[in-house]
Amino acid sequence: MTHLIIFLFFGALCLAGAVNLLVQRHPINSALSLVVVMGSLAVEYLLLGAEFVAAVQVIVYAGAVMVLFVFVIMLLNAGEEVRTKGSRVAMLFGIPGMLVGSALVGWVLIERTGSQTVAAGALPGAPRTIGWLLFHNFLLPFEVTSILVLIAIMGAVVLASHPDTDSGKKKS
Amino acid sequence: MAQTIPQGVEYVRILPEIVLSLFGMVIMVLDPLVDERSTQKLLGLIALIGSVAAIAATLYQSQFPGLGFWGMVKVDGFSTFFHILVTAIAAVVILSSFEYMQVQQIRAGEYYGLILFGAVGMCLMSSAVELVLIFIALETSSISTYVLAGFRRRAAISSEASLKYFLLGSFATAFFLYGVALMFGATGSTSISVIAQALRLSPVPVLAYAGIAFMFVGLGFKVAAAPFHVWTPDVYEGAPAPVVGFMSTAPKAAAFAVLLRVMFESNAPGRLWLIWVAAALSMTLGNVGALVQQNVKRLLAYSSIAHAGYLLVAFAALANNGIPAAMFYTASYAAMNVGAFAVVSHLAGAGERYVTLDDYAGLGRRSPLLAATLTIFLLSLIGIPMTGGFFAKFYVFSAALQANLVGLTIIGVLNSAVGAYYYLRIIVVMYMREAREEVPAIPVSPALGAALGISVAATLYLGLLPGRVLEYASRSAAELLH
Repeated sequence: MTHLIIFLFFGALCLAGAVNLLVQRHPINSALSLVVVMGSLAVEYLLLGAEFVAAVQVIVYAGAVMVLFVFVIMLLNAGEEVRTKGSRVAMLFGIPGMLVGSALVGWVLIERTGSQTVAAGALPGAPRTIGWLLFHNFLLPFEVTSILVLIAIMGAVVLASHPDTDSGKKKS
Repeated sequence: MAQTIPQGVEYVRILPEIVLSLFGMVIMVLDPLVDERSTQKLLGLIALIGSVAAIAATLYQSQFPGLGFWGMVKVDGFSTFFHILVTAIAAVVILSSFEYMQVQQIRAGEYYGLILFGAVGMCLMSSAVELVLIFIALETSSISTYVLAGFRRRAAISSEASLKYFLLGSFATAFFLYGVALMFGATGSTSISVIAQALRLSPVPVLAYAGIAFMFVGLGFKVAAAPFHVWTPDVYEGAPAPVVGFMSTAPKAAAFAVLLRVMFESNAPGRLWLIWVAAALSMTLGNVGALVQQNVKRLLAYSSIAHAGYLLVAFAALANNGIPAAMFYTASYAAMNVGAFAVVSHLAGAGERYVTLDDYAGLGRRSPLLAATLTIFLLSLIGIPMTGGFFAKFYVFSAALQANLVGLTIIGVLNSAVGAYYYLRIIVVMYMREAREEVPAIPVSPALGAALGISVAATLYLGLLPGRVLEYASRSAAELLH
C-alpha cells in the first residue's frame, strides 16, 4: 500500500514536471523541471526493483546530461533572468512539500524496516543481470547503437560547420 | 547458459550491415586525408563499391536463412528482398549524386558516409524481428536522413527542412517507442514471434490495441501516410534532390518492411480500420494536394504521400496476397521515384534554381532523351501498362478486392485517375509549351546516365516481366506466415 502511494505520488510528480517543462517560457526553468522529471523517474525505477537503472538515471541523466543542458543554455545566452510570482509560489508550497516528502520517506524508513526490505541484488534489476542482457541477448542492438551515435556525431559536425569553411580546406 | 558468444554463421546473417558500416568508416577516415578536388570522385566511388558489395553480401547471406544473435535478426526471403532493394537504391542514389555534388559544391565525405550508415539502419529494419532492435535501426535510418536533408548548407530552406524533419520525426519516434513499451506491457516480450503467440490467445489485452496504434503512428510518419504527412512537402522541397530520391524510397521501404512484420507476422489486432482510414486519407490528401503545386519537388512530395496510401491498401488486404503486393509496390515505386528525382536533381542546376513547372517547359526540345526518361517515370507513377507502376497498382487493388474491400478499392482507383492529371501536366509542359526563359542545358554525366539507365531498366522490367519478382515475393510471404 505504502509502495503504491509512493509510486503514484512520484508518477504524478513526474507528469507535473513534464507539463511544467512544456509551459515554462524560460529555458532554465524548463531545464530545472526536467531535473524533477528525471529524479522522479529514478524513484519509480527504484520502486520497481531496478536499483542499478535508478542509480544510472540519477548519475547520467539527472547529473551529467542536465549539467550539459544547463551549460548549453548558458552559452546560448538564454536572456535575462526574470523574477516571477512563480518563485514566491514555489517558496510557499515548495518548503511544505519538501517537508511532507522527507517526512514520508523518513516514516517509511523507520516504520517499515525489516518487514518489506530485500537484500541488495536480490531483485531482477541487478547490474549483473543487466550486464548479462546487454552483452548477450541484446548484444546486437547494443553494437548498432554505436553506429547510431557515430551518425549523430557526423550529423552534428556537418550541420554545425560554417558553410563557407567547407572550401577552406583546399586553400590552406 | 549454453552459448555465450555469437557463432560464425550469425555474423553472416548481419554481413551486409557489417560491409556497409566498414565502407562508411573507410570513407570517414579517408575524407580528411585526400585532397579536396579528388574527394568527390574517390569517396563516391568507395561508397558505390560499398553498396554493391552489400548487394553481393546479401546474395551470399541468403544461403544461410535463420535466426541470429539470440532471436534478434532473421534472414529469410523477405529480409533478402528488402536488403537488395535498400542497397540498390543506395547505389543508384550515390551514382546520381556525383554530378549534383559537384554542381552544388557540397562537401562529400560525410554525405556518402551518412548514406551508407543510413542504409545499415534500413537493412537492419527489414531483418530485425525484435522491437528494441527495430527501434534502434529505425533511429539509425531516421537520424541519417534528418542530417542528409540539411546538406544544402547555403540554402536556409534546407536547414529548415532538416530541423522540421528532425523535430517532428523525433516526436513520431517517441510514439513508436511508447507503442513498443505498451506492447511489452501487454504481452511481456519485445520479440515479434512471442508477441504473435501471445496475441493469438482469444481475449486480446486492450494495451495491445493501444500499442499497435502507437506503433502505427510512428511508422505512419516515417512512410508519410496521412494524417502524419504534413512534414513531407516542406522537407522534400528543402532537401537536396538526390537525397529526396533516397529518403522517399529507401527508409520508406524499410518502414513498410517493419510494418509488414508488425502487422502481419504478429497478428496485430484491430489493424483493418486503422489502415483503412490512413490509406483512404493518404490517397485523397496526397492527390488533391498535388493538383495545385507549381514546384516539381513539392508535387512529387504529395505524389509520394498518395503512393504511401496505395501501398497501405495492400496492408488492409489478406496476408497471403497483401504482402507480395506491398513488396512489389515498394520495389516498383523505388525504381520510378529514384529515377524521377535523379532527373529533377540534374535539371535543378546550381543552388537548385530550376525546380518549378515553368522551368520544365520546352524540355522535350532542349534535351529529348532526358524528357523521354522523365516521361517513362511519370507514366509509371500514373500506372500506365508496360511500366512497373501499372502492375504495382494492379496487384494492390486486386488483393484488396479479394479481401472484399470494395470501398477502399473504389477510392484508390478514383484517386489514380486524379493522379493522372498532375503527372500528365508535367509531360504536357515538357513537350507542348515553349520555354519562357533560357534554362541552360547541361550535358548528363556518365554516372547520372548510368543511374537513369538502371532506373528505367528496373521500371520497364517490372512492367513487362513482373512474374519473377512477384513469384519471389509470394514465396517469401508464405515463408513469413509459415
